[in-house]
Amino acid sequence: MELKLLSFVGSFAENKDLARKLRLEMIIPALDAKKEVTLNFGGIEGTTQSFIHALISDLFRTYGNGVLDRIYFKSCNENVQKIITIVVEYMQEAER
Amino acid sequence: MKSSIFSQEIGLFYFLPGIPVKNEKFINRCQFPVSMKIHIPNSAFLGNIDHFLRSFETVQPKKLEITANKKWISVHPVVLTMVGALGLTFERDEIHCEKLEAISKHYLERMHLFKLLKISSGIRLKAHEAAGRFIPLTQIQNSQELTECMKELIPLLHLEPHQAEPIRYVISELVRNVLEHAQSPNGALLCAQYYAKSNVIRIGIADIGVGIKQTITRSHSAATDLDAIRLALMPGITGMTAKEGGTEFNAGAGLFFIRSIAKVNRNFLMIYSGKAMYKLLKSKGKKALELQADPYRERYSAGEDYPLWQGTVVGIDISLDATEQFSVLLDRIRETYIQTIRERKKEKYRQPRFI
Repeated sequence: MELKLLSFVGSFAENKDLARKLRLEMIIPALDAKKEVTLNFGGIEGTTQSFIHALISDLFRTYGNGVLDRIYFKSCNENVQKIITIVVEYMQEAER
Repeated sequence: MKSSIFSQEIGLFYFLPGIPVKNEKFINRCQFPVSMKIHIPNSAFLGNIDHFLRSFETVQPKKLEITANKKWISVHPVVLTMVGALGLTFERDEIHCEKLEAISKHYLERMHLFKLLKISSGIRLKAHEAAGRFIPLTQIQNSQELTECMKELIPLLHLEPHQAEPIRYVISELVRNVLEHAQSPNGALLCAQYYAKSNVIRIGIADIGVGIKQTITRSHSAATDLDAIRLALMPGITGMTAKEGGTEFNAGAGLFFIRSIAKVNRNFLMIYSGKAMYKLLKSKGKKALELQADPYRERYSAGEDYPLWQGTVVGIDISLDATEQFSVLLDRIRETYIQTIRERKKEKYRQPRFI
């Protein structure tokens, strides 16, 4: 399943409410159905740590760190990649 | 009619006729002293704002009295957000504002202070005056309003793409903090302005919510307002949980990111909540700066004997002479953040008992 985020969140991805909605309504159902998920950041110029946290942090709690084997981050610019990396790293250190 | 009585009584400012007063917006007012006096000085920027913060007076009951320097008014946008946030807790006919005489009085009109408070200043702006680069006082009460505001940000401030990144980051995170945690009946007040001489964007955000201490002590221990501000500025500390990694919606990273943006660009950051104020001072020198997890290890000033601000105020300056690219800053935030979490986790390790 590929999720093109631009059409949902615009070019600056900061709306955490939308991030949570996408996680609950699209990402988690796809993972529960044993599908791989591609989060396509094409066209997104920037994001916040809060947005990325709301989008993916709970996946680590629900599925463990192994969820990274089933999620791909596509077409991220340099800063978006770095913010995703921060969230992914601290979530692997997180208490469950 | 109240408005005409007051216009004669004050003789200076009068309330716009026909605008209904919204009683529901004053539900939080009881948390303030019953009256306030606020004086807009000739100069109040983050470097010298302490005097302004200490100048609130509670003299006459049931009204907000606004006065201003008679010669010149030049203030940081955070001052306007504070006046606006206070003003919204009063009925229109409880706000008394003296006649402004300062040459630069038009600034307050242009920044929509009187429009927000629904009072008329009597000041007429001339059409030919340059609009400048600013976000006038803007009230944001929900997530959708913030998203709309973010779209306007770049054109209003005339920012280049590489300049926009830290500014929209800071505004989004700070306003979302208010919307999610502050329980502020009037949402967040935002104001920002570009200053050409120093090539700096100055940003202010204020709310009249529950304040940082009440929020952070849901999950952490903080004896004073200043203790709470210190915790809120550390990486990975959120009022939503004591667990590392936060909750599904909050990680406790936002204010640490913002402090880091201010620090590496050698700018001010000021946080005022309850009776405490913490100010990150400008870093000196030219060598790369090390990020600190603990805000007390920064160059700072702080105090906890300020007049009570029921809510939170944040002021920040962001230089457009970017001393550090946002991408490099993110690398450094990542290093400090992860290292801090690992050290904190290690502190919680249980030790073997050797007998």
